[in-house]
Order: sequence, then C-alpha cells, then structure tokens
Amino acid sequence: MFLQQLINGLTLGAVYALVALGYTMVYGILELINFAHGEIYMIGAYLGIIYLGLFTAVGLTESHLFLSLFFVFVLSAATCAGYGMTMERIAYRPLRHAHRLSPLISAIGMSIFLQNYVMLTQGSADKVFPHILPTGFITEGGIPISGIQLFILLASVVLMGALQFFVRKTRLGKAMRATAQDKTMASLCGIPINQVIAATFAIGSILAAVAGGMVAMYYGVIHFSIGYVAGIKAFTAAVLGGIGNIPGAMVGGLLLGLVESLGAAYISSEYKDGFAFLILILVLIFRPSGLLGEKVPERA
Amino acid sequence: MSLSKLTHSALIGLWLGLLALPFMGWTGAGKLAATLAAGGMIWRLLIQWSATERFQEPIARLHRRAREIGASLAQINRTARLVGGAALFLILPLFLNNYYIDILSLAGLYALLAAGLNITVGSAGLLDLGYAAFYGVGAYVYALLSTGIGLSFWLGLPLGGAIAAAFGVILGVITLRLRGDYLAIVTLGFVQIAYLVFNNWDAVTNGPNGILNIGRPVLLGFTLHQPIHFYYLVLVLLFLIAAAIDRLTRSQIGRAWIAIREDELAASAMGIDTTQMKVLAFALGAGIAGVAGVFFAAKYTFVSPESFTFLESVRVLSMVVLGGMGSLPGAILGALLLTVLPELLRELASYRMLIFGAALVIMMVFRPQGLLGRRH
Repeated sequence: MFLQQLINGLTLGAVYALVALGYTMVYGILELINFAHGEIYMIGAYLGIIYLGLFTAVGLTESHLFLSLFFVFVLSAATCAGYGMTMERIAYRPLRHAHRLSPLISAIGMSIFLQNYVMLTQGSADKVFPHILPTGFITEGGIPISGIQLFILLASVVLMGALQFFVRKTRLGKAMRATAQDKTMASLCGIPINQVIAATFAIGSILAAVAGGMVAMYYGVIHFSIGYVAGIKAFTAAVLGGIGNIPGAMVGGLLLGLVESLGAAYISSEYKDGFAFLILILVLIFRPSGLLGEKVPERA
Repeated sequence: MSLSKLTHSALIGLWLGLLALPFMGWTGAGKLAATLAAGGMIWRLLIQWSATERFQEPIARLHRRAREIGASLAQINRTARLVGGAALFLILPLFLNNYYIDILSLAGLYALLAAGLNITVGSAGLLDLGYAAFYGVGAYVYALLSTGIGLSFWLGLPLGGAIAAAFGVILGVITLRLRGDYLAIVTLGFVQIAYLVFNNWDAVTNGPNGILNIGRPVLLGFTLHQPIHFYYLVLVLLFLIAAAIDRLTRSQIGRAWIAIREDELAASAMGIDTTQMKVLAFALGAGIAGVAGVFFAAKYTFVSPESFTFLESVRVLSMVVLGGMGSLPGAILGALLLTVLPELLRELASYRMLIFGAALVIMMVFRPQGLLGRRH
C-alpha cells in the first residue's frame, strides 16, 4: 500500500516537475509568472488525444503502436511550442517594460482565453483517451508499477537529463543563462535576446506538452479545466525548489507529488488540492528562495 | 500601401490558422485564417488612410471638440456633478423594467466590490487575487447567522464586514514580506483554500449544495423583496462607502498608500509605517468585500461555493483595471460596463469568457492605465 502510494506520488511528481520547468525557466529570464503555462499543458493533453485519433483513423496505431505514440508526442510538442511562442509574442513581449502588474493580468487573460478556446472548439464534456495501450502491472521484485507509470518516470528522467545537458553545454543554453543573469549585458554581447526568450517559451511548452500527453494516457480522461489547477501545482513545485532554478523545479515537483499522494492516502482526500496551496503559502512566507534557490535580492 | 505589410497580415492569419488546425479542423481553421488575414489587412489599410491629411483634419476637429466638452465638464463644480449623477441613478429605475433594474443592482454590487479592491490594488498597489474569499466570508457569515439565529440584515452588514476585515488582517500580516507577483500567488492560494473549505466543510457550510432561505432585509417592518428595493439599497450602500473611500484616499492615509505603491523603500524612509498601512489596505478592502457579500446573500437568499472562486476575483480585478487602477470613479465605471455589456451581448453568451480573456490581454497591451487612469 505504502509502496503503491509512493510510486503514484513519484509519477504525479514527475509530471509536476516537467510543467514546473516551464514556469521556472520563464521566471528565470523574464521574472514573469507565466500564468497561462498550465493551459499549454492542457492543450498538450488535448493534442495527444487528437493526434492519436488521427493516427488511429489511418490505421497506423494498429500496425506500429509505439512508433505512432512517439510521433504523437513529437507532433503535439511541436504544436505546443508554436502556441508558447505565439503567446509570448502577443501577450508578453509588448509588455516587457510595462508596470509589473500588467504582464500578470495579461497572462490571466491569456489563460482564460485559451481555456475557452479549447472548450468552444472541443466541447465542454470530458475527453477520453482511447483504450489502445497495454495495461497491467509489472511486479518486479515486489514493486507494483504499471507500464504507463514506468513510461512516465523514464520519459521524465530522459527529458530532464536532456534539458540539463542543453542548458549546460549548448550554445543556446549558454545564451539562455546569460540572458537570465542580465538581459542588457547579454544583448550587448550580441545575444539576440528576443529569440532566446522565444526559445525558452518553446522549450517550456514542449515539456508541458509531453507532460499533458502522458497525463491523458495515465488518467484516461481530460477536461479543458485541468490546466488551471495543474498550473498552480506546478508553480508551487517551482517555488518549492527555488524559482528560476532548474534542478530545484525537478526536486520540487517530485516532492510535491509525494506529499500530495501520501497526504491524500493518509490524511484527507477531500483537501488533496489544499496541500499544494498550503505548501506554497508556507514556502513563500518562510523560505521564499525555495529549497535549492539562492537568496533573491529585494525588488521594488 | 506597401505590399510587404499586407503579406505580413496574411502570414499572421496563416500562422494562427495553422495553430488552430488540430482543434478546429480544415474548414474552421481556414475560415479563421482568412478572417484574421483580411481583418489584419483592413486594419492596416485603415491606419494608413487615417494618417493621410484628408482624414487627419476631421479627427483633429473631433479631438478639439472632445477636449472642450471635457474642459467645460471639469468647470462644473464637484458637488453639482455628484448631485447630477446621484439624481440620474435615483430616477433611472422609473424608465426600466425589472430585468434591467436587476442588472443595475448587480452592477451596484460589483461596484462595491471594485471600490473595495481598488483600495488594496489601486491605491496601495498590493495585487490581491484572493478578494473573492473575503466576499465569500461575508456572504457565509450572514447566511449562517441568519438561518441559524435569525440575525437581522442590518446587524449582519457590519458583522460580515468586520469578520471579513479580520481575515484581511490575517492575510495582510502573513504576506507582509511578499510583494508583487509572489503576493498575488499567495492570495490566489488563499481564495482556493477558502473555496475548498466552503465546499468540503459539510457540517457548517452544507458543502456544494450551499445554504438556502437566507433572511431578506426588513426595514421598519417591511421586507425588501422587489428588484427595485435592492437597487436602492445597494445605491445607498455604494454612496456611503464611496464617499468614505473618497475622503480616505484624500487624507494622509491615502497619500501614504500611494507612496507605498510608488516606492515602498522611500515611503518607509519618509517615516510611513508601511506595515500598518499595508495591513490597513488589506483589511479595508476585505471589509468592503464582506459587506458586499452580506448584500449578495440577502439579495439572492442563497449562497454556494461556486460564487466565490478565483474567477470572481479576476472579474472584480478586471473591473478595477478597466476603470483605471487607483481611480474610484474608474472602478465604479468599470463595474458598470463589465456587468451591463455582457448582458447586452447575451447572444454571444458562450463566447463571453473568450472575449473577456482576449480583452484583458488587449487592454494590457494597448491601454494599461485603464479608461480613467493616469499613465505614470
């Protein structure tokens, strides 16, 4: 029982961590809480189902199930990257030098817009993920873990590893870190910061899209409103780990998933969503820099 | 008209259509792309034409005329303007049916809420996204005491306000060290927790079913029940509260709030007790929300958790933003517009929130200071 909850928690946590990375990367560069990031995750979940339906319609899922799943994820990640970059261009770039509250309100507007856009085009009923995946548990050495859970955990580890490598070693990753430290200085050094920021949104959206697709597979049912709560929780994870800090978001996500899963099992399932908010409030009050974050200097 | 600008519009339309393709299918996305591209081209052509002299001249004349009217309005003295406005709203219901009177009293309720939030967000610059929680606290306090011990509305009004204000003090003290968007997120968590409590604490709040049969206000033995009664009730409440806020924001306290909003460090260096002032701003805003909540419970005789969600906070916030942050007449105007306009656009009901979201973005990009606000 405990082991089962632990694995459920880790699975949930891996998803939170992937979404949290998008928040933390954007915050690291723009000091903006991208409120609409949760909606990108929701759009990713819908796209997963839509593209999979398309692949099934042409008969590809029957012959090559895993290959078509792979392409479903690639396609929805690419589409979500487009959504993320377009969102940045429309709602955030014009406000980069505005009063601090303006981008936040614009982000809230974007979030409401995207939710209703999906509701109007896809209907307000629950959307069901087709039953084409093998179910059943693998009980390796007494650990009960389902195939989907294993897939989510593995995929998350691979993606996070790839992100770490990308940010540490590649040219664009270095440009990102430079932009996060000092935008003016970075642009004086010849870094095209507009493109770097667009790339940051694209990468965050890709991670969120994959997380959304995996959640659609895991729970089997999605709804246009899932982005809001998932977004807040992922943001909590980012803050818990130290916002702006990439390994922090990973740790925070896993921790939050564990707390929520164990809390729901042993304390109260009705207030399950409350744990995340309570943690968020407590962390912001007592350790605003998070677990792994450095002390943030005061900003007016 | 350069051709490249037109191609640009076409490309934007094509790109957005492409993004919408998985959601809307070929026909839907095609129509969207064509509409956006054509709209963009027409918009650019209009801008180009309006820049030519033939169009500039009448526009300049209109501007002059508008400025003259504004100047002559400003010359009428303040009292006369207030009396005129009050008289207008006093006789307005005589020309309207019950449906519109009901909408207007709803607008009055939102004006109360917006006026309160304008203290916290507009004057003191503390972005409070948890405002609906205080509104809910006021509503539930009166709902419980009215159904439980038969508390009268006139006692419920100050009591609901006071208890909501107490919660405001608690939230204010907890979040003292936070600023900007961190504060916004914590207050958002607060409204979410309040919703969970309203929804799950069955023994007290009756969970998602809400509380029914809340007592209506009784005035000298007469029970208020018609829409017009509530219209005048909210008008009186709004008048009293707006007058109080107006005087307060002109006092030392109001100036202290503005100083904190503009530069907290400088304000505290000038000897302003920023802690006290920030908590006061939270408490006052929350108290007014509580009063509005009591009115809400008495008007509809029913409360349920659905009325006090984060989205309700956003709605009130957008009224404050639309009117112009920090402007009391702006907040009231914003509440009036954002209550009446959606009612007039009833046919577009399902698109309402879509338009609302887009309008928030467009507003922030093109006119962040709101209708009556000043750009600083």
